[in-house]
Amino acid sequence: MSQTELAGAQPKEFTRRTFIKGVIATGATVSSAGYLFRGTSLLGAATYQTATERLITLSINGQDRRVDVLPHETLAMTLRYKLGLTGTKLGCDRAECGACTVLVDGVNQYACSMLTHQVRGRAVTTIEGLENPDTGELSVVQKAVMDEGGFQCAFCAPGFIMSMTSMLDTNPNPTREEAAVALSGNLCRCADYEKILNCAMRAAELHRSV
Amino acid sequence: MAEKLIGTDIAPPDLHAKITGRAKYAEDFRAPGMVFAKLLLSPMPHARVRDIDASRALAMPGVIDILTADEVPSREGPREAALTNHPRYEGEPILAVAAVDEETAAAAIEAIRVDFEPLPFAIDPLESLRPGSPNAYVEGNQYGQEGWSEYKWTAADFAAIDRGEFPDPECPVEWSKGDVEAAFAESELILEETIVHQSLTHHPMEPRTNMAYWENDRLYAFVSTQSTQATKFALAGALEMDPEDITFVSEYCGGGFGSKISGTTIMQVPALFSRKIGRPVMLRITRYEENYIGRARPGFQSWLRMGFLGNGKCNAIDLIIVQESGPYGASDFNTAGMIADLTYTPGNMRFRGVPVYTNTPPKAAQRGPGGAQIISMMEPILEKAARELGIDRYEIHMLNAPGPDVAFGPRGTTLTSVHAREALELGAEMFDWEAKSALSGQRNGTKVTGIGIGLSPYTAGSRDRDGMMVIRPDGKLYVHQGIGNLGTHSIADTARPAAELLGLSWDDVVIVWGDTSKGLPRSTVQAGSQTTHAHTRANHAAGMDALRKVREVAAATLGGSAAAYRVDNGRVSGPGGSMTFGQVAQRAIAMGGEYDGHVLPEDIHEQTVPAAQMLVGQGLLGIARDNYGGEGSIYSWVAGFAVVELDVETGAVELKEYLGVTDCGTVLHPRSLGAQVLGGSIQGMGMAMTQRWVFDPKWGVPFANRLYTARPPGMLDVPANLRWGSVGIADPQTPVGAKGIGEPPVGAGAAALTCAVADAMGGKCLCRTPLTPDIILAELEGRPLPFGRLDQHVG
Repeated sequence: MSQTELAGAQPKEFTRRTFIKGVIATGATVSSAGYLFRGTSLLGAATYQTATERLITLSINGQDRRVDVLPHETLAMTLRYKLGLTGTKLGCDRAECGACTVLVDGVNQYACSMLTHQVRGRAVTTIEGLENPDTGELSVVQKAVMDEGGFQCAFCAPGFIMSMTSMLDTNPNPTREEAAVALSGNLCRCADYEKILNCAMRAAELHRSV
Repeated sequence: MAEKLIGTDIAPPDLHAKITGRAKYAEDFRAPGMVFAKLLLSPMPHARVRDIDASRALAMPGVIDILTADEVPSREGPREAALTNHPRYEGEPILAVAAVDEETAAAAIEAIRVDFEPLPFAIDPLESLRPGSPNAYVEGNQYGQEGWSEYKWTAADFAAIDRGEFPDPECPVEWSKGDVEAAFAESELILEETIVHQSLTHHPMEPRTNMAYWENDRLYAFVSTQSTQATKFALAGALEMDPEDITFVSEYCGGGFGSKISGTTIMQVPALFSRKIGRPVMLRITRYEENYIGRARPGFQSWLRMGFLGNGKCNAIDLIIVQESGPYGASDFNTAGMIADLTYTPGNMRFRGVPVYTNTPPKAAQRGPGGAQIISMMEPILEKAARELGIDRYEIHMLNAPGPDVAFGPRGTTLTSVHAREALELGAEMFDWEAKSALSGQRNGTKVTGIGIGLSPYTAGSRDRDGMMVIRPDGKLYVHQGIGNLGTHSIADTARPAAELLGLSWDDVVIVWGDTSKGLPRSTVQAGSQTTHAHTRANHAAGMDALRKVREVAAATLGGSAAAYRVDNGRVSGPGGSMTFGQVAQRAIAMGGEYDGHVLPEDIHEQTVPAAQMLVGQGLLGIARDNYGGEGSIYSWVAGFAVVELDVETGAVELKEYLGVTDCGTVLHPRSLGAQVLGGSIQGMGMAMTQRWVFDPKWGVPFANRLYTARPPGMLDVPANLRWGSVGIADPQTPVGAKGIGEPPVGAGAAALTCAVADAMGGKCLCRTPLTPDIILAELEGRPLPFGRLDQHVG
């Protein structure tokens, strides 16, 4: 099975190209500034820039969240610095490590490389949104990680868990090799890949028995 | 009987927080009024700042202030300051700007005009030893008690080097044992090689981000660091303040691998900046910045002569290492010399080492410092000797590996235990060496199979630390851990011996860690594979102290002799009846004295005392220094076995199979041990194969400054099934029998691959890392490489 087949046909894929197009469309320049945090609404202080924030509504973990967003603001920055969702980690700032992976309409995406304006009207799920909101019960992937004692430093864990969640949606019955391909967009510097694959296979097992 | 804890798989207690996003790493903390700092990095490898004009930046809306080198501590000599007006590598922080948000701070950095005077620089350590070549410092390239001096090899030395001969230079570090020349005269085979080991950045997943604020005169520091208690003291030392005026928080660390041992130099910046401007300061370090300030493993350029008797026994080693030390030094080369002697037991050895300051990013211990490099470099030479002498390669590893009588290095260092041969034996059996080695050289289309073994030792323990724990009236045991939480699970696993001694189930054990306001005892730095050994001992000692006190409290309450009382399942029972641990804790508080910590043992470390005083009167205090003693160094081993396929048309190497087998004493936590053995091995594979850190020799700056340009191994770089094993023989000199494991697998993984690649090339050693496809392909096609055989940082 090829890599694209495993990833599934995604209705809207965000590539670096569409990311850049989005930046251009919103009138900002393509610069490293997109990877930095701008937080006027929190601090209420003047800044050097004239770009203005717009109040928009996002669907995050099943809730409508109203938030002021700059044209060039990345989803990772909005989540971490405006919505208090720090479970989404920044490991590299630009699509090299996958620590910031979230689900957008169920598909795993790098939140560092999407503009927040791109996810208006779409369902965003972060690591904080995987537990059952009423009971606190862990998702099957989280349960599998608990069962297998997964991860070392775990800075990459939220990203891997989101990718595993997405994988089960498209391929609930993966082989170990297919799981490795599905998770290959996430980097673990502790290189705990053997145990991470154990978690993925256990997650698939739990998912099938639900 | 309570459950057995040692040797079982128990998920660490912090896992739930880690997988639900609740775990707070340094960048996840927020404080009211928090502002952001950004760093201005030096654009050149060596320079002097003549002038800084920040007026435009300071006039920008939202910019609060700058922090300059004059406002941070600095010391004479090759010692790093958090900010400097005399940068000695590209990327060294010059100043910091604080602003209401990160973008404004970054824009302010762009608006600052710095007038740099460029200075000559040294990037390649060997080149900087050439007469007349530039030094990394204006003052010289060596620093000792007399201050700075210039150290160069002679023109004659370089004439020999340029002719491809084994040089004979004067070196600042030199030791020898036995009679090296006489031994070489007896050698049946002498192999002479020049070997280059590259330098590479650590790149933990979490960059060295920090946040800090002050309330009154108290510093609250949220730091990404491997250690906790030790880092608090390091930060206090750097800022010259009373450690007890710091609340230090580091509950989670996203990896360090030696780059954040007792914190980081840059952790001073938020603390000092916050004090200056009176607001909390977050310094978020990006991956690009991490490449520069994030520490790196020192590279080596070396000459190796190895002599062998006809039976394959190495009988002499002559080793010269030129180490790239960066601007602030490193000592890997010393360790490399020791480990060469330990691993090959030549009996006769001469070691010469030259650490050279360079204008490359600062060096620091990187998992298996010195050991991983030398093992990766020398194992293929050992296997080459086997080929030339017609000996099985597994047999030559077995023949040369040390036994219990080993005495290595210039002072004849002994070991507490050594089961390297057992690790090789178990590995050969699990791997099926006989069948696998028959696949060597087998061709399948364009692919050739190669098999390799790497045997790698490293220090794995230390002694004399303190353990501290409280049984509270809720009946639970609170184990206070001053070690760090960087993913090794040792905060939990090293508490197991105490819980077992006290007959408690794991549900009744609470681990207290990561926040010094909770009271954390004097601990080792979380580095050098020390914690498993050092803190199973310390917690065993404190657990014994708690057990004695539980029995005495029970005897004092219920009657009879203390020795007649037994503990089990959270109760203590004896001739006078039975009490719960909760009742014992309450009685201990009533009895006071040593029982609830009003009186502390006299031999605990002075740093433990204030921490213990926080716990006085809260329950039954178990507290003790590790006085178990012991003789000799503590070392663990990993034997790695690899199968690769080398594509002779592309130069690509694919790892098909890997097995790591360890000797690290008693196994505390099997699943976590397996993760250490395999994860460390894969890090070694990245070091040996993919993470090429290329520098521009003309401008002295790294080209490869992100993850994708010096790529660590990903999921698809290793097979979907990796295997590990452990000989599981207890170390006799430590009560739990467990030794550390973090360091040794790196050399094993790297060397198994450097050997397997050489095997796939018919025994040809390339004597250089990383073994990227272009280098392999040039060799296969007989093309000359576009760089010299001893050049460092090449691409």
